[in-house]
Amino acid sequence: MTVREIAEILHAEIIFEGDLDAEVKNACGCDLMSDVLAFVKEQSVLLTGLLNPQVIRTAEMMDMHCVIFVRGKTVAPNIVALAKQMGITVLSTSLRLFTACGKLYQAGLQGGYENE
Amino acid sequence: MKTNDSLKLHYEVSGDDFISAGIASSRVKNKLKQIGYPPIAIRKVAVAMYEAEINMVIHANGGTIDVDINSERIKVILKDIGPGIPDIEKAMQEGFSTATDEIRELGFGAGMGLPNIKSYTDELKIDTVLGQGTTIEITVYCKS
Repeated sequence: MTVREIAEILHAEIIFEGDLDAEVKNACGCDLMSDVLAFVKEQSVLLTGLLNPQVIRTAEMMDMHCVIFVRGKTVAPNIVALAKQMGITVLSTSLRLFTACGKLYQAGLQGGYENE
Repeated sequence: MKTNDSLKLHYEVSGDDFISAGIASSRVKNKLKQIGYPPIAIRKVAVAMYEAEINMVIHANGGTIDVDINSERIKVILKDIGPGIPDIEKAMQEGFSTATDEIRELGFGAGMGLPNIKSYTDELKIDTVLGQGTTIEITVYCKS
């Protein structure tokens, strides 16, 4: 699946466009950045309801391609500016975290864990 | 990177600026990419250093970071003059945290910081004195 397809599935607004053709296989949905750092292996998409620049930093440390902010929250300019620097695509969807994750899972995106 | 080459980097970390925490880790990550370090070692050092840098900002009012890179390993020394860690054994437990609600709302302070740092490093030394500060030394080997 590409980042562009993710945006379509979630009817998401593209806040910052990085590489929309980047191929992604795994994602994680989490509001706790320390847990993202602890448990994520090769996921390249992060879905979260947390809104601060450390979300982008966390994605950067984990080499992710795309961050999706859920529940239709307004993404502050300093978050977008940082994503721009890092080349990380930022999407915003009005869906809740559970629903957004569910739609992507249904469309074939995996969690990336061994026991799946 | 040749065997005898060594690259040293120094950063000052501000204690009252959660928003910009992580800049040093980001710069080190980019530098390691530039010199062609193996991606696994880069990921390990980036995550460990980032968690430690966040800790430094939220618990210790900032500090200094010195990075020493050679062809065999990356060593990161984070030094603060914060309150120190009263009980290291407790602090190493997953889920134990002394962070405020404000920090938790920012997505950190869930008690995964030190355990994360440990799991991503090949060697970890913590030297802490109550009321004087904490020095954390992280080592990640190139062939880890």
